[in-house]
Amino acid sequence: MASLDTAALDARTEQAQKRWQERKQADLYVTVGMATCGLAAGAKETLAAIKEEIEKRNLDAMISPVGCVGMCSYEPMIELQAPGRPRVNYGDAVAKNVPEIFASYFDDASLESSVVVGQVEPTTITRNGYVLQSLSFVDPETQEKISFHEKQLRIVLSNCGLIGPESIDDYLALDGYQALEMVLGEMAPEDVIEEVLDSKLRGRGGAGFPTGLKWRFARQTESWPKYVICNADEGDPGAFMDRSVLEGDPHSVVEGMVIGAYAIGAQQGYIYCRAEYPLAIRRLNIALEQARETGLLGEDILGSGFDFDILIKEGAGAFVCGEETALMASIQGERGQPWPRPPYPAVSGLWGQPSNINNVKSYAYVPRIMRMGADWFRGIGTEGSPGTAVFALTGMVNRTGLIEVPMGITLREIVYDVGGGIQGDGKFKAVQTGGPLGGCLPEEHLDTPVDFDSLTEAGSVMGSGGMIVADDSTCMVEFARYFTQFVCDESCGKCPPCRVGSTRMLEILKRITDGDGELEDIDEIRRIAKGMENGSLCALGQLAPSPVLSTLMHFEDEYRAHIVDKTCPAKTCLNLLTYTIDPEACTGCGVCARECPVDAITGERREPHYIDQDLCIHCGTCYEVCKFDAVIAE
Amino acid sequence: MTDHGGVDLSLIDPIFEQYREQPGKLIPILQKTQATYGWLPGEALELIADRLDTALSKVYGVATFYSQFYLEPRGKHELYLCDGTACHVKGTSRLAKAVRDEFGISPGDTTSDGELTLELVYCMGSCALAPVAVLDGEVMGRMEPGKLTRRIKKRLATAKETETAA
Repeated sequence: MASLDTAALDARTEQAQKRWQERKQADLYVTVGMATCGLAAGAKETLAAIKEEIEKRNLDAMISPVGCVGMCSYEPMIELQAPGRPRVNYGDAVAKNVPEIFASYFDDASLESSVVVGQVEPTTITRNGYVLQSLSFVDPETQEKISFHEKQLRIVLSNCGLIGPESIDDYLALDGYQALEMVLGEMAPEDVIEEVLDSKLRGRGGAGFPTGLKWRFARQTESWPKYVICNADEGDPGAFMDRSVLEGDPHSVVEGMVIGAYAIGAQQGYIYCRAEYPLAIRRLNIALEQARETGLLGEDILGSGFDFDILIKEGAGAFVCGEETALMASIQGERGQPWPRPPYPAVSGLWGQPSNINNVKSYAYVPRIMRMGADWFRGIGTEGSPGTAVFALTGMVNRTGLIEVPMGITLREIVYDVGGGIQGDGKFKAVQTGGPLGGCLPEEHLDTPVDFDSLTEAGSVMGSGGMIVADDSTCMVEFARYFTQFVCDESCGKCPPCRVGSTRMLEILKRITDGDGELEDIDEIRRIAKGMENGSLCALGQLAPSPVLSTLMHFEDEYRAHIVDKTCPAKTCLNLLTYTIDPEACTGCGVCARECPVDAITGERREPHYIDQDLCIHCGTCYEVCKFDAVIAE
Repeated sequence: MTDHGGVDLSLIDPIFEQYREQPGKLIPILQKTQATYGWLPGEALELIADRLDTALSKVYGVATFYSQFYLEPRGKHELYLCDGTACHVKGTSRLAKAVRDEFGISPGDTTSDGELTLELVYCMGSCALAPVAVLDGEVMGRMEPGKLTRRIKKRLATAKETETAA
């Protein structure tokens, strides 16, 4: 296919918009959430069941697989829309529940196993003749936004769950590639950089460096070729923001990268994506191919004379490759070990050439900022951190999921309003951001506004978007040990402060959680942390002590309980627990005695059993297998 | 490096051809080679070093740096258990124990009949469905020990049947 000029793109966009409207005329329009999380919950089987149901009802239907809506606990999720009926989204839509969902939608039957998540009322913002549409749900009764969506504002995630990620026409229908057309047609590269600077967009990888400034430095360096790189090596455990964007709306990242390349004068781009995200890589490849066929990538893009193409580089399993210099080393085909900065990548990056690296979300913001205007973006969030923040909210909250909120919202609003509070009878203990290189904040900091500067000031970090909520059943020492284990495994080994420091730190934390800690260990942790922070080559080593230091800052009494009293207040550290059997509750079923690996449990059948404390190795198996809650851990 | 027998090195030729023009091609070549053989045989590493005109130590250095490359043969079926934060909290260790009890392998091991390999990984990004297991690329959420071992046994049996039938 010959590449498109702007007139042809406009025509194709118009056609795509027409088709987008036409779906409303179909007997039934169905979307199925088919991101990794939906698939893991059984969306593929759901899709097959939907096709069967459509055939049974003899409907002229359209089915579109979409990305993630963000409400992971309801997966799989489907949306039904028929003329004259409301758009309704259903959760727990596993294959066997599909018939009852159709019966409920068409015949008003009641639901037994699945649930109505909400009526779909897309939120639209109109500006400069462009529309930003995003998915949101209202309560079918009250017509008010459901509490999960009430405080959210979806910009980067606006298309996720709304459009088919494998369809460029869906993206075009919602003003996709309009920003690129405008940039190439009307703006000089310097104007693009000026606009991004003016929006005050800060990098969403975690460090929060002004994106426009990065672009300016890369443009100003006089050396060719130049590269733009998208960092999609999202490695923090508990983080899946970038995966959701890539799986739900890959074209927005591609469009942002082309605009960035035009601004700095690059002709080659790379997307470095971790190999653990096969679906993201597949959808990116489809998006790149579609963009090439449509003339939005390759030579003479939209007849502007600007050439640019993108190559996907698959990671090979190394957390440190999320660090920009290590990432570039990996693209070059080497061991992913960081090199010292300066010089910064904007001056000397990939193959020693000027390179601009941004996170997935940073690129995805760009087309929206160009369409809606820098002043619009600046008007959202706080003065120092405009725009929105995307978090993967996990842990002990009622509603886990992917959320996008305006900067400046408080942690309390996220945990209680968006997340629906703490699960069960648990009590809030801490919220952890930034994963293994981040920190946690306890209850007294719940009113901290969420933005780059406030979180840093409070002793935590914004991070790239992982947010884990801990309740009183979470042991903060074990939490710190877990992250230190992670860093220890993932340290690249190049510089001793990180390599040796994390190993020594882990030894001490293991000692404490095993009940062999001493009070001097606390000082030792602080001393090692200082060495790592000051001496490590890259952010991995410099920030690795953060989870330990912040738990020590806010929960030192918990460390002391482990060391002095030899107890674990959260009852998590197995070695510090004593297991006994409550003779009242024990039915004498014998399961614990059979499962005990050291035969420490004895008792007659149908009589209360007994644990021999001299033989017990504190493995916790009896506690887990008892169906009658008769095993007490203290 | 020992001979593991019967490595057909000609299978690497098309891989070199595919990446001939690409800068930084060592990692994609290793990835494709591993996809071909299931692991990275020593002879293949030697050939790659030779063809790229680079030191074998460099190829070996890259192959051992990344956790995804394997220098030993893998099982026919691969099981990954996620030990990211959410899964860790929701009982990955119980899943690992069930696999150990049933198949006698710990993370990193392969069963002696070469059927199943178990690996522990950090975060597959499906935290709300914790704990997550991935068997031969199929993501399975909200796993339980009994359910997991049943699924594995079924997968192994089905594969064997298909093999016998063929």
